[in-house]
Amino acid sequence: MTDKTPGTHGSVREDTTPDGDRPLVELRAAGKSYGNIRALHGVDLTVHPSKVTCVLGDNGAGKSTLIKIISGLHQHTEGEFLVDGEPVRFSTPREALDKGIATVYQDLAVVPLMPVWRNFFLGSEMTKGPWPVRRLDIDRMKKTADEELRNMGIVLDDLEQPIGTLSGGQRQCVAIARAVYFGARVLILDEPTAALGVKQSGVVLKYIAMARDRGLGVIFITHNPHHAYMVGDHFSVLRLGTMELSAPRSEVGLEELTNHMAGGAELAALKHELAQVGGVDTEELPEEGDLQTPAAATPEGKS
Amino acid sequence: MSMAQQAEPAVSPPPAPGPKQSDGRTVRRPLALRLLARPEVGVFLGAVAVMVFFLFAAPPVRDGGSMANILYQSSVIGIMALPVALLMIGGEFDLSAGVAVVTSALTASMLSYQLTLNVWMGVVVALVVSLGIGAFNGWMLVKTGLPSFLVTLGTFLILQGVNLAVTKLVTGNVATDNISDMDGFDQAKALFASSFDVAGVQVKITVVWWLVFAALATWVLLRTKYGNWVFAVGGNKESARAVGVPVTFTKISLFMLVGFGAWFVGMHNLFSFNTVQSGEGVGQELIYIAAAVIGGCLLTGGAGSAIGPVFGAFMFGMVQQGIVYAGWNPDWFKAFLGVMLLGAVLINLWVQRQATRR
Repeated sequence: MTDKTPGTHGSVREDTTPDGDRPLVELRAAGKSYGNIRALHGVDLTVHPSKVTCVLGDNGAGKSTLIKIISGLHQHTEGEFLVDGEPVRFSTPREALDKGIATVYQDLAVVPLMPVWRNFFLGSEMTKGPWPVRRLDIDRMKKTADEELRNMGIVLDDLEQPIGTLSGGQRQCVAIARAVYFGARVLILDEPTAALGVKQSGVVLKYIAMARDRGLGVIFITHNPHHAYMVGDHFSVLRLGTMELSAPRSEVGLEELTNHMAGGAELAALKHELAQVGGVDTEELPEEGDLQTPAAATPEGKS
Repeated sequence: MSMAQQAEPAVSPPPAPGPKQSDGRTVRRPLALRLLARPEVGVFLGAVAVMVFFLFAAPPVRDGGSMANILYQSSVIGIMALPVALLMIGGEFDLSAGVAVVTSALTASMLSYQLTLNVWMGVVVALVVSLGIGAFNGWMLVKTGLPSFLVTLGTFLILQGVNLAVTKLVTGNVATDNISDMDGFDQAKALFASSFDVAGVQVKITVVWWLVFAALATWVLLRTKYGNWVFAVGGNKESARAVGVPVTFTKISLFMLVGFGAWFVGMHNLFSFNTVQSGEGVGQELIYIAAAVIGGCLLTGGAGSAIGPVFGAFMFGMVQQGIVYAGWNPDWFKAFLGVMLLGAVLINLWVQRQATRR
């Protein structure tokens, strides 16, 4: 946690994965431009099985662009995107799903008025019977949904209730359980805790850990370093479309992560301005040196 | 969403190692309350209430023949209300449904008469045209992303104009010629517009079709993949797309289903009256939509049933004929329709709040 090695701050450190397994998903100097706007540039990211890769960043840092590339909504315009070591270029989310990359969006996870079990199997319904009378295998779906949810530690009284009656955290968990059940090998979670309360966030973090323990590679997108640090194995901080920090858990502390996230340089500048305005007791604020990390001092980063 | 489903407990015995436990947050409400919260049950009770009312207020209603007539009126609304309801569950509605019925009948009638073809030829071409109109509506909606109100309002106006203008162009009249003496008419009439005898009462075949279609729609909606997709695209299109539901296919096919309904009712009208008035059908689309809404379908999509609109249509048929049998001014029908619609919408709103409350 306090394993700070100031000399290498800001540089992209080697991720020394001990078991040396092949990454499920790998981005090499990947980037994306929308017309003349460079939303993402030179991003390296690896996702290993049973590891949680956290992507942190402020609004507009390029987190959404990054997941859109991996989940198949957009294509990268520079660099390489590899799945199982093979270069790929997805044109629809379906192709990403077929490769085992499932994305759980913050709002787009479920259809609120439909029962839990129907939501669980939506788009991949179980059926029985020959064609003209091919019908939903409701008993099997309910049973499977219940089993899978219980395996993830989610206990619901009534799978027939509309999923909209569940709390935000529960809904997120159902979406995670669904992705796990449908053979996801890589789970992308787009700010799953952003709209949740403290306790609910805890529940979701628990399921992230559970998904990891089941052997999935997880990409956890968040702007909360505390949540990231609870479950993360590797941390990547994006800023203005570039990689500001990429470090395994052993080489970065929560404090450093928080500083990166908070935008150390901006905070230092803000402190300076506040001191000039007066009325703010800057003595109470943290030291400039604490706020400013060497990486933040070179805002464009280097990767 | 079905009444049949709620009998069985949703949570099966624990297969997982974890002991069976409940999260203790849901309190099982009494059966009567849960039933009442279902829109289909509400509209069923409403239909029963309306029927009982007219049984007392209008003695002629008690006659079997009158009942058959009421059922017939209901079926003509009800057959169209079914696909309109499915479309509404799928999140869209179709303002062109009323005039599309007339378009279909006109196509079949004029084509067979002008070219002296077997009427079945006209019937088949009319089916193609009706499905085509539905496909056009759906395709426009999906491609442009415009609200269905605008797209189908456009189609409504186009069809309304085309119906009148083309009929005048072809026949020089506002109605088509009588086709009752043409080849195949009797066969087609047997299918679309015949009657049969039940205990001395003549019952129109559309009543049978209505109930068959309703049963089929219920099964499709609750027991098939397609039905699941209909609920999903109406409930949350983006979520549905994200989990791999073919949203475009579902929407377009729903519009085509309305086209099919329009064709069927159009054929019924043609073969029961032998000619078609080109200016008819305007305003009918709102009756269909109202029947679907009263039947518990959410105008915004994602919830509803196929059985609700059956009761909704029955309520309409009952009121429409009941007012006549009671000897009142038939103008009251529309006023009553409005009151029923508002009541149903308020109930729907309440149900939706219950369902999405966190």
